[in-house]
Amino acid sequence: MKNDFRKMEDEMDRLATNMAVITDFSARISATLQDRHERITKLAGVHALLRKLQFLFELPSRLTKCVELGAYGQAVRYQGRARAVLQQYQHLPSFRAIQDDCQVITARLAQQLRQRFREGGSGAPEQAECVELLLALGEPAEELCEEFLAHARGRLEEELRSLEAELGPSPPAPDVLEFTDHGGSGFVGGLCQVAAAYQELFAAQGPAGAEKLAAFARELGSRYFALVERRLAQEQGGGDNSLLVRALDRFHRRLRAPGALLAAAGLAEAATDIVERVARERLGHHLQGLQAAFLGSLTDVRQALAAPRIAGKEGPGLAELLANVASSILSHIKASLASVHLFTAKEVSFSNKPYFRGEFCSQGVRESLIVGFIRSMCQTAQSFCDSPGEKGGATPPALLLLLSRLCLDYETATISYILTLTDEQFLVQDQSPVTPVSTLCAEARETARRLLTHYVKVQGLVISQMLRKSVETRDWLSTLEPRNVRAVMKRVVEDTTAIDVQVGLLYEEGVRKAQSSDSSKRTFSVYSSSRQQGRYAPSYTPSAPMDTNLLSNIQKLFSERIDVFSPVEFNKVSVLTGIIKISLKTLLECVRLRTFGRFGLQQVQVDCHFLQLYLWRFVADEELVHLLLDEVVASAALRCPDPVPMEPSVVEVICERG
Amino acid sequence: MEDDAPVIYGLEFQARALTPQTAETDAIRFLVGTQSLKYDNQIHVIDFDDENNIINKNVLLHQAGEIWHISASPADKGVLATCYNKTADSKVVTCAAVWRMPAELEPGGQESPEDATSPAHALELLCHLEPAARGSTACVTWEPAGDGKRVISLADNHILLWDLQESSSQAMLASSASLEGKGQLKFTTGRWSPHHNCSQVATANDTAIRGWDTRTMRVWNVRYNHSHDQLVLTGSSDSRVILSNMVSISSEPFGHLVDDDDLSDQEERRLEEKSQEPPQDSVIATYEEHEDSVYAVDWSSADPWLFASLSYDGRLVINRVPRALKYHILL
Repeated sequence: MKNDFRKMEDEMDRLATNMAVITDFSARISATLQDRHERITKLAGVHALLRKLQFLFELPSRLTKCVELGAYGQAVRYQGRARAVLQQYQHLPSFRAIQDDCQVITARLAQQLRQRFREGGSGAPEQAECVELLLALGEPAEELCEEFLAHARGRLEEELRSLEAELGPSPPAPDVLEFTDHGGSGFVGGLCQVAAAYQELFAAQGPAGAEKLAAFARELGSRYFALVERRLAQEQGGGDNSLLVRALDRFHRRLRAPGALLAAAGLAEAATDIVERVARERLGHHLQGLQAAFLGSLTDVRQALAAPRIAGKEGPGLAELLANVASSILSHIKASLASVHLFTAKEVSFSNKPYFRGEFCSQGVRESLIVGFIRSMCQTAQSFCDSPGEKGGATPPALLLLLSRLCLDYETATISYILTLTDEQFLVQDQSPVTPVSTLCAEARETARRLLTHYVKVQGLVISQMLRKSVETRDWLSTLEPRNVRAVMKRVVEDTTAIDVQVGLLYEEGVRKAQSSDSSKRTFSVYSSSRQQGRYAPSYTPSAPMDTNLLSNIQKLFSERIDVFSPVEFNKVSVLTGIIKISLKTLLECVRLRTFGRFGLQQVQVDCHFLQLYLWRFVADEELVHLLLDEVVASAALRCPDPVPMEPSVVEVICERG
Repeated sequence: MEDDAPVIYGLEFQARALTPQTAETDAIRFLVGTQSLKYDNQIHVIDFDDENNIINKNVLLHQAGEIWHISASPADKGVLATCYNKTADSKVVTCAAVWRMPAELEPGGQESPEDATSPAHALELLCHLEPAARGSTACVTWEPAGDGKRVISLADNHILLWDLQESSSQAMLASSASLEGKGQLKFTTGRWSPHHNCSQVATANDTAIRGWDTRTMRVWNVRYNHSHDQLVLTGSSDSRVILSNMVSISSEPFGHLVDDDDLSDQEERRLEEKSQEPPQDSVIATYEEHEDSVYAVDWSSADPWLFASLSYDGRLVINRVPRALKYHILL
């Protein structure tokens, strides 16, 4: 081991000496070559300079060649490289010459570039390139902006024109979806491209340039929107909104991109406005549709009521007609709601705009459409009450009855059902005031009440007319001894029964006062007991004889006064009571206007007894019928100079026979 | 407070006819005619003392028949006209006649307990108003502002204008016109309007109101002068008397008259008021003192705030316009 180390040491020493020698030699060589080194460096420098000069001298020809070949980019690059140098040495004549040449060629180059730019048909990226090159050449930027925009305008206007052509009357007009697609891809896409390119190219221009772009976009955008609105206005359309909503969705979506790019132009807001307007219009349209459907179903009911009855085949009953009307209206409402709901679907791009989340749901759908429809229904129904009562011209009474029942049902159940449905589908998210359910229910009830009252009046009028004619046209003084009940009384009873049946189809019975056992056998106790022939003495004193008058007045004191026009309740008994009250009161008034002979009075007696036999079962309180009929007979007696009443048993016999 | 309470007077017979004694402008007087088939008919002259709320009466015999309508001359306190029924061989005809009340009538103060002993005064017949066609006369109305010489009677479907001459002992038919229309039209009632220089008459037949121009006897449709705020009284067969403020009479005259009128026999009277117009038509008050149908209401010619109403059972009620409204209109 020690030997190895010693050998290594020797070797290391030898290495060291060698290295020293080498170093020595290297230094000697460098020194020798130093001179050459400098000279070579100088030569290299001169060579580079010469090459640059060569480049410069060759520049014009090269530029020319480039221009001829169409390699504009390269030309511009060359020119860019040379410009600074030329600028610096332009006081040297040779350089000056070169510079002039270059400038000429550059001008030609720029012109050619512009030419290419103007020609247009080359498409946007190439144009962008041209513009870039022109900018690099140092052309003034505003001009370029203007030209660029003017050029873009030309293209976009062409798109607009083609859109407009689609609006024209020439068939077949494409549907809304296609239209918006076309517009979206053509115009809006183009606008996006233009905007993007502009911003890239002219970013250095600062706010003035952006302003120009915004103005440009606004102007063309507004024309586009006008066309879109025109097209949308053509969509009278049926109840189906799906196509329209999709079209609007596409339209709105497309404008998001340029909306972001061109925030100053307000394109997105304008688009939202258009969508809102269309939505409002559709709501109005739906409301009209609902109203028309309601009127249509009423017309159907009228036709069904007026249709001649085929023997053996029962026409549709009132209850059935009512059910039809109610279900048809409800289905129309549901269809409208479903159709309008499309506007707020999640996928639709504008559904989370504040208008659609808030005002559309509460004011638009709930208030204008649903509440508005219900109110207009009530008003239409009420208008049947107000129509001038030309005899026989106006509405059939069955229709009045049906409508009043419809409104009553609405008040009890249907309105709250519909509004709940609406609220579920359209969650109201803003604070605008909405009509509470109770208000609507109150209105519906009021309408039902008015209709029912009008029905009572109309039917009462019909029966009253019969009674009136019967009293007015008969000669009561010279009539013969009554043998039977007059035919008109039988008709009155028949008609009252028919009305009872008709009302019973739709309304519940109602409460009737408990009947006494001998109700149908009651005789005119007031009349028969106190119709004594008083002293026939002309007396002018207030201390009158015990007259029938006084007794009947006393009787009246102890019974309640009969209110002929009391409010009608929603049940059959109340309706019939109202009608019978009106009829009997008329009879009373007519009887008081005539003068009766003895047999005339007896005929009245017989007729009233007959009425009493049959009418008591229709009214709430049979005392009412008794009282009124008593009055009639009493008044007839007063109007008779020779009153001799018939025996009650004979009266009964005649009535039973008749 | 007690001033507004109604005052009631009862006749023992049925009655339909009521009029104020139009020519009498100092004392409040009403004339009521009875309608009885069995007893002699009477005209009660009711004098209302509004200081003490007392009624004094005088009774006159009207033996010609039961009275359907009565009206008083605006010029002469003692002259009145009635429409009454005459039964002649089982036909009833309504005739019209002009009467004079006895001059020595002294209303008021006399309350003799034994009225049976005081002689009943009789009316003196002045003249008949016989229509040529022998129809039934429904109503007689005097020209309001004249000297009591001109009278209109409505007989069936004719309207006849009479001139009373020689202190009303003769009546000459001045002109006449008839109502055209289908069916048997009959006038039911009418009134000579105190406005428009007394040239217009309003008549009602069933459901329609028409106005007539007496100068030419032509018909036009009813339009009422809007500048008068008019208190309107209506009485109907539901035993109520309603006092209402009708401002918009021109748009819908008698709106409450023409509904269901085959059962209400309504008549209307109008009163001139100062021209302060409340904003709306409204019902001021309802008077429910009657138990039977009210067939006649009328304003007093002496006190413009007082009116009387008559119901079929012979009850005459005298009432006033509520004081609050009276001051509201006056001030």
